[in-house]
Amino acid sequence: MMEKLIFGRYIPGDSLIHKLDPRAKLMGSMFFIGIIFLANNWQSYALLFLFTMAVIFLSKIKLSFFINGVKPLIWLILFTVILQVLFTGGGTIYFSWGPITVSQEGILNGVYIFCRFVLIIFMSTLLTLTTMPLSLTDAIEFLLRPLLAVKVPVYEIALMLSIALRFVPTLMDETEKIMNAQRARGVDFGEGNIFQQMKAIVPLLIPLFVSSFNRAEELATAMEARGYQGGEGRSKYRLLRWETRDTVVIIAYALLTIGLIFLRK
Amino acid sequence: MDKIITLKNISYQYHTTDDKPALNNISLSIEAGEWVAIIGHNGSGKSTLAKTINGLIAPNQGEVTVGGLILSEQNIWEIRKLVGMVFQNPDNQFVGSTVQDDVAFGLENQGIPREEMIERVIDAIERVKMTEFIEKEPARLSGGQKQRAAIAGVVALRPAIIILDEATSMLDPQGRQEVLSTVKAIKEKANLTVISITHDIDEAANANRIMVIKDGELIQEGTPEEIFMSGEKLIEMGLDLPFPEKLKLSLKERGIDVPANYLTEEGMVDWLWTLFSTK
Amino acid sequence: MDIIFDKVGYTYQKGTPFENRALYDIDMIIKEGSFTALVGHTGSGKSTVLQHLNALMKPSEGTVTIGERVITTETNNKNLKSIRKQVGIVFQFPEAQLFEETVAKDIAFGPKNFGASDEEATGLARKMLPLVGLDESFMERSPFDLSGGQMRRVAIAGVLAMEPAILVLDEPTAGLDPQGRREMMDMFYRLHKEKGLTIVLVTHLMDDVADYADHMIILEKGTVIKEGTPREIFQEEAWLKSKQLGVPAAVSFSNRLDAKLGVLNTQSALTATELADVIAERVKALKVGEI
Repeated sequence: MMEKLIFGRYIPGDSLIHKLDPRAKLMGSMFFIGIIFLANNWQSYALLFLFTMAVIFLSKIKLSFFINGVKPLIWLILFTVILQVLFTGGGTIYFSWGPITVSQEGILNGVYIFCRFVLIIFMSTLLTLTTMPLSLTDAIEFLLRPLLAVKVPVYEIALMLSIALRFVPTLMDETEKIMNAQRARGVDFGEGNIFQQMKAIVPLLIPLFVSSFNRAEELATAMEARGYQGGEGRSKYRLLRWETRDTVVIIAYALLTIGLIFLRK
Repeated sequence: MDKIITLKNISYQYHTTDDKPALNNISLSIEAGEWVAIIGHNGSGKSTLAKTINGLIAPNQGEVTVGGLILSEQNIWEIRKLVGMVFQNPDNQFVGSTVQDDVAFGLENQGIPREEMIERVIDAIERVKMTEFIEKEPARLSGGQKQRAAIAGVVALRPAIIILDEATSMLDPQGRQEVLSTVKAIKEKANLTVISITHDIDEAANANRIMVIKDGELIQEGTPEEIFMSGEKLIEMGLDLPFPEKLKLSLKERGIDVPANYLTEEGMVDWLWTLFSTK
Repeated sequence: MDIIFDKVGYTYQKGTPFENRALYDIDMIIKEGSFTALVGHTGSGKSTVLQHLNALMKPSEGTVTIGERVITTETNNKNLKSIRKQVGIVFQFPEAQLFEETVAKDIAFGPKNFGASDEEATGLARKMLPLVGLDESFMERSPFDLSGGQMRRVAIAGVLAMEPAILVLDEPTAGLDPQGRREMMDMFYRLHKEKGLTIVLVTHLMDDVADYADHMIILEKGTVIKEGTPREIFQEEAWLKSKQLGVPAAVSFSNRLDAKLGVLNTQSALTATELADVIAERVKALKVGEI
């Protein structure tokens, strides 16, 4: 069940994209999501697609991984696209019924929204596929560091995040084990009406909570035994190193932005 | 030899409402370089005892001395540097996202400079023979490998004492073997003091001395040979019978005179050999 | 009822980039009334096989016949419940599945899912407690206040309460102390002998196989590499060693003894008592010889 999720998985590799500093990748991806909204005609979207495809090509990861990343969200995307198509007017009108109109503009907008979704998913999938979750946490910690000035416990947040990520597979395993045990006792997950399904989830949730609390307690004891006393005074094993190629990424994004501004209407 | 750990009249109760204390007036001492096995059935208080040594549990009564320091709130972190601990559940002590990150965790806590840290991490991982797994995430490791990573995490801190708190009990035989031979090799190289809390007869057999805990009290101690002679009582102590002892019991039931002292497998084979050749 | 595997294969996440073949070409029979030990290393496919025994998983290839029912890859997911009632599985560390407020309710949970009334289910709970060595005073206690060993017994009672014909045990003694281990194994053996329960035991402990099982199946890398009685299989110590599997303590000891004493004919001894019989026999013969 859980294994189907592609989104959020790291695929080890040694491509240029893999080697980039996670800060460059994280900032780049966030920036990309921002500038997507600059695009408003087919030329600008084409440029974005070209850029995305080039980056995917550089990552040496098969395109099918990215398409699989879109699949779980396809209903959400289609829903948004259809709303857009039905409720935007302008241009030639092909069909109209009450507030609902299907117009040239509407269809075009729908297509653009679809593109936007796909681009965002491709880019964020690329980020998670090529970056170890741990490196991402490091990047987040770095980017949050200015907040230390206003007494935000950045180091603790980063450690929490990395531990949470480390436990995701463990908890998924656990979930599957408990589900199996309850199925063997006659529970049908995902069957019956909403009420029955909610009821079926209780025998899953309670054991999961109990075991997570136990884990948390044991983990805290183990951390204490290994000398953890909070974020102060700790040194760091992982070092992020900014290379020329990371600066190149920033320049590439700057050029992309200029290109977009130039191409848009 | 120097006494590295001394417990004096330790008592501890988890909740004031408990009718029986978890530890009841325990006194013992352990010498540097010793391997001590602490046995007792589940719930006897042996894990609680281990946790008092590095201050994870503060006894209601009594005095803990580790490496010449009397344990107090002021020196608790000093003492934790001396005492490394490996726990039962391989998953619930793996903090880092990969083997090397996990091994580094304790060093980061001590604020060790990065250059030195890298050296110590690599060295510790080599010692537990996990070099090929250095980049691996815990989800891709077996239970035995995770425990070896945990041992590397302890070794990297260069403690004087390592406590194995039922560290092999959730492992398959192969994993158990891996962990035991790792601990043996490390103990010899670094002259560590080892305290292993266990139900495993093979693990207990490695010790110089076995202490038996029952209902929070230290009821017996001796060499493995002395303890293994206890016959069926061993089961009550939380250990299984070694095979030669099992065989001796069965032979006795069949009216055959058997020697009273503890025999290893080899000793038992020899004894049977004399039994048949003298007749 | 028997469980028959015919050319069973299973592939995880078929058709995705993460495709992974876990089982292939498995032929085996678990006979009604048998005590079958399933042995193999971590990653040999044991847990995948286990989930085929009560149709928690359907084979990607081949068929699994459970009693009257034939499960193939096309089998509909509905109506599998009756199989789950007949084949009870006690998973590893089963105490993790407890969730109800009281022991009685937790044990009654399975039977109620299979259509028992509240009254019947509570009655079953009451009946099961002594079978797992707990008394009635536990009925109204919270399972989360019990010791680890007691929690495990409650979880096992919860599976027994479904009154299965086949009981599958996945390393049921993991993490227990030797006394708890012995008590638990004796309990399963009693259920096997007295109630005629068919038992499938997944284990690493060869001594348990020697003590309790009458049939043994060895898995390696997703398929069956050997099947037979423990007596037959444990004769081949060298082969087992080459597969990194152990033999019961009595067998390795006997082999050592034979190496030193010449053939003492201890080969058939699987346990300490059996070996003691052989030795006692021999001693007697020697004494007779003296006279």
